[in-house]
Amino acid sequence: MNAVIARLVLKRLGIMLLSLLIVAFAVFFATELLPGDVAQILLGQAATPEAVAGLRTAMHLDEPAFLRFLHWLFGLMSGDLGRSYANDREVADLISGRLANSLELAFVTTLFSVPIALTLGITSAMFRGSFYDRMVSVFTVTVISIPEFMVATLAVIIFAVYLRWLPALSVASEVHGIGELLRIYAMPVITLAFVVSAQMIRMTRAAVIDTLNTAYVEMALLKGASRRRIVLRHALPNALGPIVNAMALSLSYLLGGVIIVETIFNYPGVAKLMVDAVSTRDLPLIQSCAMIFCVSYLLLILIADVVAIMANPRLRNQ
Amino acid sequence: MGNVIEIRDLHVTAKTDSGRVVEIIRGVDLDVADGEIVALIGESGSGKTTIALTLLGYARPGCSIVGGSVTVDGEDTVAISEAERRSLRGTRVAYVPQSAAAAFNPSKTIMDQVVEVAQIHDLMPMDAARKKAVELFRALALPEPETIGARYPHQVSGGQLQRLSAAMALIGDPKVMVFDEPTTALDVTTQIEVLRAFKAVMRERGMAGIYVSHDLAVVAQIADRIVVLKGGEVQEVGATEAIVHRPSHSYTKALIGAFHPRARVPDPEAAADGPQPILKVSGVTAGYGGTGRDKMPKYVVLKNLDLTLERGRSLGVIGESGSGKSTLARVIAGLLPAAKGSIEMDGVRLGQATRDRSKEDLRKLQIVFQLADTALNPNKPVGAILARPLVFYHAMAGRERDAEVDRLLDMVRLPRGLKHRLPSELSGGQKQRVNFARALAARPELILCDEITSALDTVVAAAVLDLLDELQRELGLTYMFISHDLSTVEAICDRVAVMYQGEKVEEMPTSRMKSGPEHPYSKLLIASVPKLDTGWLDGLRDDPLMAAAMEGR
Repeated sequence: MNAVIARLVLKRLGIMLLSLLIVAFAVFFATELLPGDVAQILLGQAATPEAVAGLRTAMHLDEPAFLRFLHWLFGLMSGDLGRSYANDREVADLISGRLANSLELAFVTTLFSVPIALTLGITSAMFRGSFYDRMVSVFTVTVISIPEFMVATLAVIIFAVYLRWLPALSVASEVHGIGELLRIYAMPVITLAFVVSAQMIRMTRAAVIDTLNTAYVEMALLKGASRRRIVLRHALPNALGPIVNAMALSLSYLLGGVIIVETIFNYPGVAKLMVDAVSTRDLPLIQSCAMIFCVSYLLLILIADVVAIMANPRLRNQ
Repeated sequence: MGNVIEIRDLHVTAKTDSGRVVEIIRGVDLDVADGEIVALIGESGSGKTTIALTLLGYARPGCSIVGGSVTVDGEDTVAISEAERRSLRGTRVAYVPQSAAAAFNPSKTIMDQVVEVAQIHDLMPMDAARKKAVELFRALALPEPETIGARYPHQVSGGQLQRLSAAMALIGDPKVMVFDEPTTALDVTTQIEVLRAFKAVMRERGMAGIYVSHDLAVVAQIADRIVVLKGGEVQEVGATEAIVHRPSHSYTKALIGAFHPRARVPDPEAAADGPQPILKVSGVTAGYGGTGRDKMPKYVVLKNLDLTLERGRSLGVIGESGSGKSTLARVIAGLLPAAKGSIEMDGVRLGQATRDRSKEDLRKLQIVFQLADTALNPNKPVGAILARPLVFYHAMAGRERDAEVDRLLDMVRLPRGLKHRLPSELSGGQKQRVNFARALAARPELILCDEITSALDTVVAAAVLDLLDELQRELGLTYMFISHDLSTVEAICDRVAVMYQGEKVEEMPTSRMKSGPEHPYSKLLIASVPKLDTGWLDGLRDDPLMAAAMEGR
């Protein structure tokens, strides 16, 4: 069993490296295609052509793009993310603080949304067709169709402006005690939880209903099993594969896709960092962020696959 | 002796997809005495499974019990609450499903599922339950009874799973067992072991049972009484002997009539000018899973197979599932290119794959698949389905094509009005006729029939076979008829080839099937077909060949 999983993980890691290489290549040349010039932007409109040319040489911008790509790639392999073009600081330093913030937010949101999504998804599958099920469906479809900036803005209007319960901005630097921490995180977490759990609820419900229609579930019923037992012991283990995959997809969004939420709540995360980097053509920073998002996505999918295999004895005992 | 089951005036309704409510059980009465096994037989849609499930107080989604009473061991499963029904299930009434392969949860071990009844109803400590399960495994003649429980369902065979599902039902010592076509999905050779195990256990424990089946011969082996159902109503009830030998109702007579195939009379004309080979398969090896460096497939299904089909005759191909029967048809049709060997038609070598064959080659050789449901395009009316090959092979158009469609429908005895209907609006037998008419549209010389009557009810299948026979005489067709049902093959074929593990082990005239197969596997296969005789299963014990074969399993 362990051998199977080890083989899978190794194979996946290999493919992951390849994907990363392709992503790095694509991101690098996509940023190359962006209009504008780093040296020009750094020096401002008034810079003389000579100054711009000098800076370009100093930053190795006059070298062929492919060569710069290789430079950066070798740097990455030796653990050097490079220096930011915009402010000449180590990219690693710039990112580390922001990444910690983003991970914190993602972690709290996951902690919050996964149990809620599972409970709602499973219970609405159990009581399929009931009023409760329909309410959950209406809720999830509504949340999926409302854009997140709308949810975030509404949350700010209600909780910060009218009720004045929560601060409108989430500045993590002035935290005194757990209560304040909760207050700061509340709104971004609520907004993100809304967005990611809707999809998870729908997928969980569909996967559980799928397994509830099988002959072995009918058999369990005819053995006298209670509804609770049927769902938790018979349906759920077989629905686990699709459910964790849906979760991985939803959660991968929490790192790179949350730019709107980070902007609205002025939350200092990686997504915001990356968008800022794009506006200054800060290539090393953009690339490092892209690589982080890519790695996190691939890792989540890998974890989901391993869980799915563990849950399925046919695959586990190959 | 009291009645352990009493069903009175049972009515069950079902809601169709279009929302219409139809009554599928219309006032059924049924009694089962202590220790008695009663069989419910009838074609699909006759309501036999629905009645069996009401004994557990259960109606499938969309169905509901609207009237009557079902008293099992003193409790009316219709009247009691859902909680009371739950406590009844598994302890007093237990269910053995049709397809054990589907009824076992793939992600739990067999032992967990077998002892689950004891766990749900808190009947005994888990250790005791496991011990009891092992005893049941032993009683049901399962291999390695000590350890088989630790395996997962996909790690044991279909016949073993079916017996394990009986162990799952027996663990709670129920008063009543409900068997729902428990051997239908099995090969005949496996069916025997399962039937024997069931019968021994039931007899030993003196339990009452309901045995649902469409196979009269199987039922004759195990039931004390037979109830014949049609359209949700009881047609005839009687002791097994009486029903089998002296049926009174016309439907029962038809069922039994379909079981006794008329002996095949060889066509004298074809015999006159001697056998003319139409198709010659030589040294064919084929399989699945991509080819390796040696050009051989990863999983070899057919091994070096030779076969000759004679013009105007029928060759039956029999064997258990996995023996390569269907693969053979696919290879001949070119759907699966052979890795080695040649296929000749009228002395001309055919391309291995369909794309290497000329339109004329394709026309001469048609294939008809088992499931008309999946073979016919659900979105096209019957007329369009039949017109397609007419356009493709014969470039027909307009009135000529319409006339030909009518003629084809006449040929397969379907009313012409059906051409405007969709396949989903036809019955199973009608669909299979359309499926066959489509092959006829090409005006083929050879038709490969892959289990085309297996999904049909006995009486309907018999009518389709008669039709095939007639068409052969009229059009001089050659058939290769694949089936796991030996009586079907007997009814329509001149010669029979027996396949076993991808090889043809024997070929013989159909007339010799009963009297003298030579290969041990053919002997076992042919001897395993249940006979319409109540003493057949018990009589097998004395047969040295069967006894030896049983030991080996």
